[in-house]
Amino acid sequence: MSTEAARTGGAVTHSPAPRKLTALVGRQPLGIVMAAPYAVFLAAVFAYPLGLAVWISFHRYFFAAPGAQVDRPFVGFSNYTRVLGDPAVRQSFLNVLEFLVINVPLTVVLSLVLATALNSVTHIRTFLRVAYYVPYVTASVALVAVWLFLFSNNGMVNNVLGPLAPNPSWLVNSGLAMPVIAIFVTWKQLGFFILLYLAALQNVPKELYESASVDGAGPVRSFMSVTVPGVRPATTLVVILATITGANLFTEPYLLTNGGGPNGASTSPVFLMYQKGIEQGAPDIAAAIGVILVIAVLVISLINRRVLERD
Amino acid sequence: MRSKLVMGTVGVVALSLTAACGGGGGSTGGSSAAGAKGPIKVWLSNNPEEIAWGQAMIKAWNAANPKETVTGQEIPAGKTSEEVIGAAITAGNAPCLVFNTAPAAVPQFQKQGGLVALDGFSGGAAYVQARTGKAADQYKSSDGKFYQIPWKSNPVMIFFNKDLFKKAGIDTTNPPLATYDQFLATSRKIKASGAAQAAIWPAPSSEFFQSWFDFYPLYAAETGGTQLVEKGKATFNSDAGKKVANFWASMYSAGLSPKEAYNGDSFADGKAAMAVVGPWAISVYGKKVKWGVVPVPTSTGKSPDQIHTFSDAKNIAIYSACKNQGTAWDLLKFATSKDQDGKLLQMTGQMPLRENLAATYPDYFTSHPEYKLFADQAARTTEVPNIANSVTIWQTFRDAYSSSVIFGKTPVDAALSQAADKINQLASQP
Repeated sequence: MSTEAARTGGAVTHSPAPRKLTALVGRQPLGIVMAAPYAVFLAAVFAYPLGLAVWISFHRYFFAAPGAQVDRPFVGFSNYTRVLGDPAVRQSFLNVLEFLVINVPLTVVLSLVLATALNSVTHIRTFLRVAYYVPYVTASVALVAVWLFLFSNNGMVNNVLGPLAPNPSWLVNSGLAMPVIAIFVTWKQLGFFILLYLAALQNVPKELYESASVDGAGPVRSFMSVTVPGVRPATTLVVILATITGANLFTEPYLLTNGGGPNGASTSPVFLMYQKGIEQGAPDIAAAIGVILVIAVLVISLINRRVLERD
Repeated sequence: MRSKLVMGTVGVVALSLTAACGGGGGSTGGSSAAGAKGPIKVWLSNNPEEIAWGQAMIKAWNAANPKETVTGQEIPAGKTSEEVIGAAITAGNAPCLVFNTAPAAVPQFQKQGGLVALDGFSGGAAYVQARTGKAADQYKSSDGKFYQIPWKSNPVMIFFNKDLFKKAGIDTTNPPLATYDQFLATSRKIKASGAAQAAIWPAPSSEFFQSWFDFYPLYAAETGGTQLVEKGKATFNSDAGKKVANFWASMYSAGLSPKEAYNGDSFADGKAAMAVVGPWAISVYGKKVKWGVVPVPTSTGKSPDQIHTFSDAKNIAIYSACKNQGTAWDLLKFATSKDQDGKLLQMTGQMPLRENLAATYPDYFTSHPEYKLFADQAARTTEVPNIANSVTIWQTFRDAYSSSVIFGKTPVDAALSQAADKINQLASQP
């Protein structure tokens, strides 16, 4: 029996109309009012552009002056066929895959280990947290300048390595450019993910560590058997966020390797979207790349979730 | 979860349909705008010398035309002027005139419905041809109309640093840079002597326009002024194109030109002993570097008076968002008059795209002999082809060039051949 029915002695007194209204707006209509501005914001800033991008990707579309008489015919999957047949686009997706294979595991492992270490530190904890967080809040342009100083041909790293320095150098080496970018992004984002794990670590019951200790578990066993499972939801979040960040890769290859060089080895799909859509006046092709990217990220995120959250 | 996905899909489809109804509105300025007069806005390039000229020109116009006042401002900041102008066309808020319209972008702006054909004004085409002469034909669009007035060029040549050449033991009055072999030998001397980190440091980055400052000037010189695409076909998959590409490939493979971009101006900083630049550089390098200038090299060492080069021109166009196009056309003629062109030359050192330039301003070239060579060169400039998909074509070329010439990942011949096939396809598309 429902609470309402119990209160009225078993007789349900609501008329059908209010019940429908309740079903529509919920028991707390005020909630809808409060959420409405954000819903409108989401619709205007995310949903509408996404919908427009999908529409553009199915048409022969280019940007035109207001009122200009231009033909934008429906072309079906033609833009998608062109995109998927373009070796540069396929290369860019492989580049991002390479990026994710390096960046995501590194992000998860480093941020969890460092968060665990920070959680047990009692002195200068605030200083260390801030220190890790600073790169995250610093503009990429400024940080890239530092990395260029480190990894350019005459940079500090090569000076230290001497004859062991790679030839061609890091950022113009097609085999090393993407790993350098992946490591740069890992380092830059680490502070944010450490904070996520620090929050998650507060929810791991201390009793579990005590039990593990009583059972004779050392720090490593305790970490693997208590900490890692205890922060699994956070790990899912970290993996998904890192994947999305990787899929949106643009600034770092653009600035570190001069827009996709060497020889397209660090070109990302988002960089190609910029190149096709803005520079070359083909937003239809750019939109098709974007839609494929969104689908790819959704699929990877779903797989991540299934794998990480299985019992 | 599944129901959420369905709802999401429905939402996206609904939004897509909504988006399908979007666009339109506003006006591109029809025939009524063509004769309309009144206040207008113009955009100027963002280098100090050009801004000074532009503001002085506007002041002179406003003094004589108080009812048709002109407001000038720098092109808003962006990665390139073309991107900013393209966005302004789409938004419908482009100014009446932009004194920095790149010829390569004109076909795209035209396709966007953003430009006004100058032929539509009384005596429009005749004015363009009378001022520029036969060279104006390079700036005609595929429909036979002018959507830009050829305004000024910066014929690129080889600047060299006399101090660094001297340090490397190279003759500074007549440096051996005429043939590819001489250029390579001189470059090796520079590197071997340690005079500079690089002999010459063209940007090795992948932007579509970078080929205008390495491959294209030498290609224009080698071919006597052939454009990258002519009559709808790529021209560079030829002996001349391969010679130029192989020359630069030798420079990169020998480490005479670095494969890594320099953050700054390598020539001004003394990191490179040479640079491919136009006369704008005289005012920039004049105080920093003791420079000399020679034409770009050719395989056989052509006589300087035979050598063509890339124009690096910037032109003026009237944009369709302009409501007072009559005033815009009058201002355009005023700004490109003999008097204003002379002031432009005086204040910026850039070459107005006029026929018989040196003879038109003899006093200037007598008092500025360093510009004389550029004025001679300005008579033999090669422009980017005025064709649809121009930017995509240049990007396609750059990608192939980058892969083969700079990074040596693919053989030069194969890369040029493949790029030519792709460009032929692009050139045939509307």
